[in-house]
Amino acid sequence: MKNAENRKKGPEDGTRVRDSVLSSSLSNLPSRNRAGRTWQLVFLSSTVIGILALTALLLNILDSSFGFVVLHARTDPATYSVNGVGLEDQTKDQLVALLQSELSSGAYNKLNNEKSFESRSRAEVYGIVIERLVKYSVEESWSLWQSITRSGEIRTYAAEHYPGDKLTFLSWLTADFVSRPQSSEAVTAGIRTAILGSLWTIFITILFAFPTGVGAAIYLEEYAADNWLNRIIRTNINNLAGVPSIIYGILGLAIFVRLMETLTSGALFGLVDSTTANGRTILSAGLTLGLLVLPVIIINSQEAIRSVPQSLRKASYGLGATKWQTVWFHVLPNAIPGILTGTILAVSRAIGETAPLVVIGASSAISVDPSGPFSKFTTLPIQIYQWTARPQAEWRHLAASAIVVLLAMLLSLNAAAIVVRNRFARKY
Amino acid sequence: MDNNSVFETRSLSIFYGNFMAVADVSINVPRHKITAIIGPSGCGKSTLLRAFNRMNELFPDTHIHGDVLFDGQNIYEKSVDPVEVRYRIGMVFQKANPFPKSIYENVAWAARIHGHKGNMDELVESSLRQAALWDEVKDKMKQSGLSLSGGQQQRLCIARAIAVKPEVILMDEPASALDPIATLKIEELMQELKQKYTIVIVTHNMQQAARVSDYTAMMMLTGETRSGTVIEFDATNKIFTRPADKRTEDYVTGRFG
Amino acid sequence: MAQKNANGLNQDPGPERPAMTLKRRQRPGENVIQSLLFIAGFFSIFTTLGIVYELGKEAWLFFRLPEVNIWKFLTGTQWQPHINEFGILPLVSATLVTTAIAMLIAIPLGLAAALYLSEYASKKTRNTLKPVLEILAGIPTIVYGYFALTFVTPLLRTIFGSDIVDIYNTGSAGLVMGILILPLITSISEDALNSVPRSLREAAYGLGATKLEVAVKIVLPAALSGIAAAVILGISRAIGETMIVAVAAGAGPNFTLNPFKAAETMTGHIVRISGGDLSYDSIDYNSIFAIGLMLFFMTLTLNIISQRIVRRFREVYE
Repeated sequence: MKNAENRKKGPEDGTRVRDSVLSSSLSNLPSRNRAGRTWQLVFLSSTVIGILALTALLLNILDSSFGFVVLHARTDPATYSVNGVGLEDQTKDQLVALLQSELSSGAYNKLNNEKSFESRSRAEVYGIVIERLVKYSVEESWSLWQSITRSGEIRTYAAEHYPGDKLTFLSWLTADFVSRPQSSEAVTAGIRTAILGSLWTIFITILFAFPTGVGAAIYLEEYAADNWLNRIIRTNINNLAGVPSIIYGILGLAIFVRLMETLTSGALFGLVDSTTANGRTILSAGLTLGLLVLPVIIINSQEAIRSVPQSLRKASYGLGATKWQTVWFHVLPNAIPGILTGTILAVSRAIGETAPLVVIGASSAISVDPSGPFSKFTTLPIQIYQWTARPQAEWRHLAASAIVVLLAMLLSLNAAAIVVRNRFARKY
Repeated sequence: MDNNSVFETRSLSIFYGNFMAVADVSINVPRHKITAIIGPSGCGKSTLLRAFNRMNELFPDTHIHGDVLFDGQNIYEKSVDPVEVRYRIGMVFQKANPFPKSIYENVAWAARIHGHKGNMDELVESSLRQAALWDEVKDKMKQSGLSLSGGQQQRLCIARAIAVKPEVILMDEPASALDPIATLKIEELMQELKQKYTIVIVTHNMQQAARVSDYTAMMMLTGETRSGTVIEFDATNKIFTRPADKRTEDYVTGRFG
Repeated sequence: MAQKNANGLNQDPGPERPAMTLKRRQRPGENVIQSLLFIAGFFSIFTTLGIVYELGKEAWLFFRLPEVNIWKFLTGTQWQPHINEFGILPLVSATLVTTAIAMLIAIPLGLAAALYLSEYASKKTRNTLKPVLEILAGIPTIVYGYFALTFVTPLLRTIFGSDIVDIYNTGSAGLVMGILILPLITSISEDALNSVPRSLREAAYGLGATKLEVAVKIVLPAALSGIAAAVILGISRAIGETMIVAVAAGAGPNFTLNPFKAAETMTGHIVRISGGDLSYDSIDYNSIFAIGLMLFFMTLTLNIISQRIVRRFREVYE
C-alpha cells in the first residue's frame, strides 16, 4: 500500500492496487482503466500502420527490382562471334564494323549523326548491338520473392514454354542501368537521360528560386513596413504554398512554354533550328518548378531570418552600419543554416515532382543526353511514370529500379540537409 | 551653446505613436564628463538615452518634438543621416551583444565598413587597451567573442564602440547583468574613458550613479499623461546631498523607488 | 612629449578624427538593393496574378465556345468531347470518391497517431516514430502511384475477386492517397494537441480522470479547431493530388461512385490530355484551363478556411 502512494508516476500506474482497494467504492474504475489500456493499444497500432505501409512500399519496390527473366533473342548472339570470340569480348572497332555490315546504311548513318561512333564508349556501342541486332526481348518475368520461393517451379515452367530461350536471374538495377540512355527495348533501357534531365532542371530551378526566394524573405523580414501591400504579399505566399502542383504545370504551360516560347526554346538566341524549336525545354521545366518551390523557400528563409536575435541588429546599427550592411554581415550569415536546410528540402520536393512537368510536355522518347537549358527534356520521375504506364511486365521492373535510384537520391539529399543543420549550428 | 556641452536638448519630447514617453526635457550634457540618468523603472531613461543617437527610430511609429543638438548641430534635421549620427555616437547595451565572430573581428568590423585605412592591428590593440581588455585576450584574438565571460564581453562591446572613434559613448545599464567584481571593473574603466570621451550612462543603481558620475539627471513620471521628464539636473554631489526637488530627495534616500 | 598613463596610452585630450559633417550621404547602393529585394517579394504576386489570369483567360475562351454551356458544364454527367458533351460531374465524382476514401484512412489513423504521440509516447518513442512519419511525407507521389498499381490493386483483387475489382480503380488510389496524407494530419493535429495548456490536463487528472479520458474528453475537444484545420488541409491536398490517380485510378471519365471501377479525376484528366498531342487553342487545350480553374478555386477556398481556423485557435491560447 505504501509503495503505491510513494511512487510518483502517471495515473495508469498502481491501477491494479487502486482497482482492488477502491473497487468497492468506485465501481466503474476497473472498466475505465481497461478501456484506457485498449484504446492506448489502438492508438499505438494506428501509428504503427504508417510504418507498416512504408515497409510494404519499400519491400514491394525491392521485390520488383530483381528476379528471373526469360530472354528471347531474335538473333542468336552466337552467330556474331568472330573467330570464336563472342560479342561480349569483341573490341569497339569490331562491334562498329558489325553494325555497319548488319544495319541499313540509313539506320547506321542516323545513329552516327546523333552521336558519332568515335565519341561513343564501347559499352554504348555494345548496347546498340544488343538493342538492334540481337534484340533480346523479355518473354516473362518474376519478382524477387517468387524467384526465391518458387525457383524450381519457374525453371521447369521456362524449360517447357520457352525451350530455345535463356532463363537468367537478372538484377534490373545495375550500374549499367544508371549509365545507359533511354531505349525502346526493356533489356537495354537505362535512366541516364532521365537523371541528367533531372539534374539540369533542378539546376535551373535553384538558379532561379534561391536568390529570388531569399531576397523576398529578406525584404519581408527586414525592409517591409507593415502596410497593406506587404500584408497582401505575405498572405499571398502562404496561399501559394498550398496550391496543387498541377496548377503550376498549367501556369508553366501557358506562360513559359507558350507565351515565352521564343525565349525558352532558344530561338531568341539563335541557338536552335526554329522549325523544330518549341518551348518544351529544360528552361521551361526549371522555371516552372522554380515557381513551385518559391513559396516554400520564402517561408523557410523568413523563419530563419526571424530567429536571428534582435540584439545583433541593435549592436550593428549602434555602430553606424546601414541596413544592408547589417543584413549582409550579421543577419544573413547567422540565418544561412536555416535557409540552406529549407532550400535543400524544397529541392528534394522538386526532384520528385511529376505532374507539372507532364503538363508542360516532357518528351517521351529521347535518347540524346540534354546538352543545355534549351534541350528537350525528361526527368527521372517522368521516366518512372511512363514506364509504369506500359502494360508489359518488364517495364514495371525497370520502373521499380528507377524508383530505387530516385529514393536513394532523395535520401542523400535529406541526409545532407541534416548534416548542414548540425554542422552550422555548432559554429560559434 | 557653450563649447563645454556635447549635447543640448531643447524641450525634447519623444512619442511612441500617440503616447508621449518623454516630455519636455531641456538639459546640457557636459563634455568629457560622466552624466548619469537615474529614476524609477519605466520612467523613460532608456528612451531619452536612445534619442541621443537616433536609435529610437528602430522602433515603429516614433517621432520627437523639440531639438537635440550635438556639437551645436541639430541631429534630427532632414539633411542629417542617422547612420552618420550613430557612427559618431557609440552605444553599449544592457546585455552584452558581441557578434558571433572572433574577438579581432568584433573590434575591426565597424571600422572596416567605415573605410578605415590605417593599420587595423594597431587600431584593434589600441581599442582593446582602452577598454582594459587587451591583456586578457591578446593571446586568443581568433577565438569567438562569445567565449568570454559576461564582464569581458561587455568590455569587448566597449572596445568595439571605441574602435570607430566616437566622441560620446552612451551606456544603457551596462553593468546590470554583471557580478559585482565585473561591475567594478567597468566603473573603473569609465573613469579612464572620460578623459577622451564623454559618457552618458543610464542606471537604476543609485549607488553606482553616486560613485561614478559627475552630473546626474533625475527622471520621473509626471503629469496626467504619465510621461517621463527630467525633474532635476545638477552636479552629482549636490543631487545626492542637497537635492532641490523633494521627489529627488525621496528617491535618493530610498524612501521610494 | 605626451605622457603615458597606466594603460600605455598617450594622454592627449581627444582621439584624432577628421572633421566631418553629419550630412546625409548618398547611398545609391542601398536603394538599388532595396528595389531588387522588393521585386523579389513582388514575384509572388506575379505568380498568383499569372495563375488567375491565365486560367481565367483560357477558361473564358472555353466557356465562350458554342458547344460549351456553363450550366451543363457544372451539372452534366458525361464528358465526351467528340460528341460535344462537357459535363464535369464524372471528373468531380471521381475526385470526391478518391478524396473520401483517402480521408477515411487518413483522419482516424492520423488522429490516433497524433493522440498517441502527444499524450502517450515517451520522448524516445516519439523521436523514433516521428522521423518515420516524416519519411512517408517525403516520398514522391509517383512512387505511391506505382505502389497503388502494383501492390494495392492486386491485393484488393485477391480479397474481393478480380471480377469485382478492375485493374484500374479509384479504391486503391484512394487508399494510398490516405497513407500519403496521414503524416500531414498527424503533424498538424499533434501541434494542436501540444498547444493545449498543461493546466487543463492537470485539472482533469486532479479530478481522478484516466489518461484516456483526459486525452479524448479534455485535450481533444480543446484542440478541435487545430484538428479541423488539419482535416481541411488534408482534403485540399487530396483534391489536388495527381500522380497517384493518374497511374492507378484509370483513364477516361466515368460517372460512378463505385470505388472498384476505373474513373478519371479532374487532375488525372488534365495530365492525360496534356500528356498527349496537344495543339494550342484546341477545345481540349482550353478545357484543361476550365478544369484547372475549378481545381484552383476549390483548393484555395479550403486553404483559406483552414488558415482562418488556425488563426482563431491561436488567439484562444495566446
